[in-house]
Amino acid sequence: MTIALLTDIHSNREALEACLAHAQEHGATQHCFLGDYVGYGADPGFVVDTVMRFARQGSIALRGNHDQAAGGAGDVRLNADAQQCIDWTRTVLNAEQLAFLRQLPLTAEDGVCLFVHANGWDPKNFEYIFGPMQAARNMQVVRQRITFCGHMHEPMLYHMGLTQRVEVFSPVPGTPIPLSAARRWLALPGSVGQPRDGNPAACYATFDELTNLLSFWRVPYDHQSAARKVRAAGLPERYAQQLLYGA
Amino acid sequence: MVPEATRPRILEPGQIVDGFCLVERLHRGGMAALWHVTRADLAVAGIMKIPLLGEDPTAIVGFEVEQMILPLLHGPHVPRWIAAGGFDAQPYIVMEMIQGQSLRARLEQTPLPAPEVAAIGARIAEALHDLHQQQVIHHDIKPSNIMFRADGTAVLIDFGLARHDRLPDLLAEQFRLPMGTGPYISPEQVLHNRTDARSDLFALGVILYFLATGARPFGAPTSVRGLRRRLYEEPAPPRAHRPEFPLWLQEIILHCLEVDPEQRYATAAQLAFDLTHPQSVALTARASAAQAQSPWTRLGRLVRRLAAKPTTRSTTQQLNRAPIVMAAVDLTQEWEALADALRTAARHVLQAAPGARLACVSVLRTHRLALDAPADVAGTHRHVHRLVQLQHWARPLALPGARVSFHVLEAPDPATAILDYARGNRVDHIVIGSRGASSLRRYLGSVSTQVVAQAACTVTVVKVPAEERAEPGEALAPQAER
Repeated sequence: MTIALLTDIHSNREALEACLAHAQEHGATQHCFLGDYVGYGADPGFVVDTVMRFARQGSIALRGNHDQAAGGAGDVRLNADAQQCIDWTRTVLNAEQLAFLRQLPLTAEDGVCLFVHANGWDPKNFEYIFGPMQAARNMQVVRQRITFCGHMHEPMLYHMGLTQRVEVFSPVPGTPIPLSAARRWLALPGSVGQPRDGNPAACYATFDELTNLLSFWRVPYDHQSAARKVRAAGLPERYAQQLLYGA
Repeated sequence: MVPEATRPRILEPGQIVDGFCLVERLHRGGMAALWHVTRADLAVAGIMKIPLLGEDPTAIVGFEVEQMILPLLHGPHVPRWIAAGGFDAQPYIVMEMIQGQSLRARLEQTPLPAPEVAAIGARIAEALHDLHQQQVIHHDIKPSNIMFRADGTAVLIDFGLARHDRLPDLLAEQFRLPMGTGPYISPEQVLHNRTDARSDLFALGVILYFLATGARPFGAPTSVRGLRRRLYEEPAPPRAHRPEFPLWLQEIILHCLEVDPEQRYATAAQLAFDLTHPQSVALTARASAAQAQSPWTRLGRLVRRLAAKPTTRSTTQQLNRAPIVMAAVDLTQEWEALADALRTAARHVLQAAPGARLACVSVLRTHRLALDAPADVAGTHRHVHRLVQLQHWARPLALPGARVSFHVLEAPDPATAILDYARGNRVDHIVIGSRGASSLRRYLGSVSTQVVAQAACTVTVVKVPAEERAEPGEALAPQAER
């Protein structure tokens, strides 16, 4: 059973559609959304409706900091440009969509896996996993063997064996990685709708629970259309630029 | 901290583990026990490797590494993976049992004659090249990890120290001791660098040295201090043991044992090429060295080691920059214009790959029935004449001797000869001329057409524009296809 892990979609319809189609081609039968459906991009309504539809059919959908800000489920500190996007988003989402964002859970568990938007040690505070130090903190606290996180927009894989030393690995897209049962893993699929590693292609990952194989993917999509829509909506220019250059 | 499940447990013949019946324990070493196992649906005999996991974390990680990498490998040079059991129950790997002998059995017969050393080495190099093409570095090449199938194919076993280019390196965790086996470990592994496929070529160089002389070039150190000696101590040249030792084999062995990986063979395929073409080995100062250590050689080696930088290239990038390129050159008069175009195409390929090696090949057509006739004077003359022409053709490329070789093949069918040569020498890229487009040629098929259709590697077909060919009555040929 292959599960598609999608996170940080950020109102990017083109990227989400491309990733969902790609996941279907690669045999994904389940979907897990790790949060931040809104903010930055120009299609919050489409993205929230899509996630809502999957959630009603049983998919995991978690709350990110941008969803919390837009839905009003709690205070979130964002910079001025990001806050401007959230204010705009609140004007275009309907009551049902806002209510959906408000009630999203912060974490979900499934067997050996923990799913969370930002980190496993304090999900509600949205602290970042910048590197091995925070990754170690996560793996020492989380009971499950594998943690899947969004929030950081760059794909990354951390692991910890019996020596308790954390290693970091930059995944190669399309190469299945066997997640050995003898160690703990922390996987960051990277952002669907706002990649920031210099490559505009969308990021997501698939995980096969039976074979323990994790694959990271890069999916090219029509990022120029997505950027045009950001400009047309009057959102800050930097978010259009980020879509065009992936940085 | 060792999980309960990974502690050693008592296993008996007849016991069933995950559907496999334990038949007989074949071996119990420091790291693992090997059992012959059967299962009704298995077409081949199976070996179950059960790790003996004590308190040593490297043993546990090594087993994880093998569990991760072995299922991804394929081909005749590795044991076929059959099954694996996780750490939550009894950890194990089941793989194909290799029916054959370990290279270790030959060590008692050393020193072996040079041709036999070269033949064994070429088969191991072929296996290593296949492994490197699968983006895996073995990191523990030694006689006990090399088996030979009944047909002579070398098989590499034990992937506990291996590294896959596209997977996390579980052994990158900083274990205190260098990981490898004392006599065979490369200088860069001693310095904890695990990213260079040429580490395996160093280990193979140690094996060749041992097989050819009966002595180990760096002894069998067990301390880190002992291992570090190879960073500055040049191995005694084989000719110091045996003054009559062939120059070409000494050249090959010392080339493998260079302290800086950049100074070694670029790929195992290039090493295999030299081992199978002793007459084409370019001899350098390495070949004739007969002196053991001097303070100057030690200083030189240390300086080269200090200047060496860890490679930033992946195994695939390393292989891509050092392909074996074959130029199939026809030097009969009508091909003159094409020979120039062919040289230009070969130059372009070589410029894109700084470590490439060019094999210039020309086929002398023989009559099918005359194969067994003794070589006569006229035949020898024809052969030498073609060789001289071939060297003349390549001269403008200005390649150093170590990067170019010349081969005149005698065969009734040029296309088959070219294809056999390419396959046998692991050629990555064939550059061949084509005279193109006459209707008769289209009907009968040309040498280049057959080579393109049947080659397992990339083929560049070179053409010259029609007006330069000056063949009346022919349709316009397309420009050189690249």
